[in-house]
Amino acid sequence: MSAATTGAPVIQARGLRKAYRTKLALDGANFRIEAGRIVGLIGPNGAGKTTALKAVLGLIPFEGELDVLGRDPRTERDDLMRDVCFIADVAVLPRWMRVREAIDFVAGVHPRFDRARCERFLANTQLNPKQRVRELSKGMIVQLHLALVMAIDARLLVLDEPTLGLDILYRKQFYQRLLEDYFDDQKTIVITTHQVEEIEHILTDVMFIRDGKVVLDAAMEDLGGRFTELLVNADQAEAARRLGPVDERSLPFGKTVMLFDGVPQATLSALGETRTPGLADLFVATMRGTYA
Amino acid sequence: MNAVADTLPETPRPSNAAAITPARRFGWLLRREFWEHRGGFLWAPLVAGAASLVLSAMGIVLAIVAARGKIQHGEITLHDGTSVAINGLDLGMLTSRMGHEELARLGDGIDLTLIMASGWPFLVLTFVVFFYCLGALYDERRDRSVLFWKSLPLSDSETVLSKVASAILVAPLLATIASILTMFGFLVLVSLVVLFYGGNPYTLLWGPASPLLLSVQYLIAIPVYALWALPTVGWLLMCSAWARSKPFLWAVVVPLLAGILVAWLEFLGVVGDITWPFFRNVVLRALTSVFPVTFMDFEYLKSVDFDVPGAARSLMSPAGVYRNLASLDMWGGAVAGAAMIFAAIRLRRWRDEG
Repeated sequence: MSAATTGAPVIQARGLRKAYRTKLALDGANFRIEAGRIVGLIGPNGAGKTTALKAVLGLIPFEGELDVLGRDPRTERDDLMRDVCFIADVAVLPRWMRVREAIDFVAGVHPRFDRARCERFLANTQLNPKQRVRELSKGMIVQLHLALVMAIDARLLVLDEPTLGLDILYRKQFYQRLLEDYFDDQKTIVITTHQVEEIEHILTDVMFIRDGKVVLDAAMEDLGGRFTELLVNADQAEAARRLGPVDERSLPFGKTVMLFDGVPQATLSALGETRTPGLADLFVATMRGTYA
Repeated sequence: MNAVADTLPETPRPSNAAAITPARRFGWLLRREFWEHRGGFLWAPLVAGAASLVLSAMGIVLAIVAARGKIQHGEITLHDGTSVAINGLDLGMLTSRMGHEELARLGDGIDLTLIMASGWPFLVLTFVVFFYCLGALYDERRDRSVLFWKSLPLSDSETVLSKVASAILVAPLLATIASILTMFGFLVLVSLVVLFYGGNPYTLLWGPASPLLLSVQYLIAIPVYALWALPTVGWLLMCSAWARSKPFLWAVVVPLLAGILVAWLEFLGVVGDITWPFFRNVVLRALTSVFPVTFMDFEYLKSVDFDVPGAARSLMSPAGVYRNLASLDMWGGAVAGAAMIFAAIRLRRWRDEG
């Protein structure tokens, strides 16, 4: 275990509750995020991901206990924002701003901003200091925003759907940059996204959120030991069902795919073909019936 | 592996840290407002001033052409009855014949012309400030850029106060400078005409007029304007931070409906004679205080004697302008404005753009 994980947690939430006029966005969510992790917060639309992040960032009032880097985001937000940074969405950089102005401004107000670093990140992009944000493509706006944020030596970085609407080249580049040039064991990154497959390999931890509750919270390395996918023929299906699969779906030619939680792989391999499920498979299995 | 990593010294903080003081941060916030509103704060007053100069130039040409037609008999009659013969306007003769009193009156006339010529940037300023305040906390929510500003270590108080300062100090200062430039531009323009007709611009224009005094008076009046504008700035910022859509409609309709309600109650006999005081002290104060010369500012003009030479210079005299500070209107409005600005800060802190 790395030393960083033994310290105080970066985020500790107990019983988070947030009700909007028509629905309950957070319904007693509990979670804990340690330092030096990259956590994927994953859930279907309307599950409460963005609400949870907004609570962490002190952007909305809520009920329950929440501790972010030792501070309460409701009352100590100004102080907290020196150590926390976030990218909320691809389109939030002010459209009138010039690239140069954005850099000047952040350098002027952020005590942890390193201008040289930011300029280095921008050096091999097509961005021109005189361009306005509204003249940039969506992908270039994200490049600029990412360069600004990565030059800030924050302890917690929150990314809410950072690559929404980007093409695959920009998406790959985004996460690669983040991993190579930014992340280290002093930093913590929380990401929400719909593109589960693309971030799967960079996450250290994963949290599934459904109907305002955290339904799965595990380290990526534990997922393989915990979940097994089994491909069984019709004759073995009943035997397999007795082991209590969390999910099953039928394939052509009488075969069935079942997902098991906590059943040893050795037990299952006697019944058919086994494999470690991907995050997307787990997601689909866990969220079954959400939109029904 | 990790043991090694743990003993590594903390990565040195960027040198940025020491250089950032609250005052500098506020300076950057003001600069940011200026960048976004360069068009309204800087160019609009300058363009208004330039437009006034162009129109003046056109007016002068028109006057010259008309005068050439009129002065067939070649003389202009002065106040003391003597007449100056001018074939094609010899202005040099004109000043040499003027008495002390007449020079003073001439100065007054020029000063009044200067005030009118330089008033354009101020007229534009009022509209710029009004719509700036209305959009200041609304536009950033509409385009969601508020999430970018909130991702930086900037408190809602400093941010909103930087917008207040931009509205009541930065924009008026820039408009005042544009206005002073216009004033001098106008004098230069008229000087050229005077020179062309053989007159001495110094004795005819720059001597009798008081452009420098007027400029200083304009600048000195800014703090009083700032205080006076507070209730409107506060009300508009509050609407801007609160409205989910159409801030203009809310900002204008709510006070007007309140006024109509009061008038209705008075008509029914529920309340006494309060409709006009309500309009004057609430509705108009909330909506029109960004206009520098509303009827209430003119209270002090009752003490200006327009029959005495130099009246134009007392129009904006600091003593007169600062007499506004003695009025309850001024301070009542300022307190209400400050309260609404505080409300705008709280609204910005908790408004959720889901």
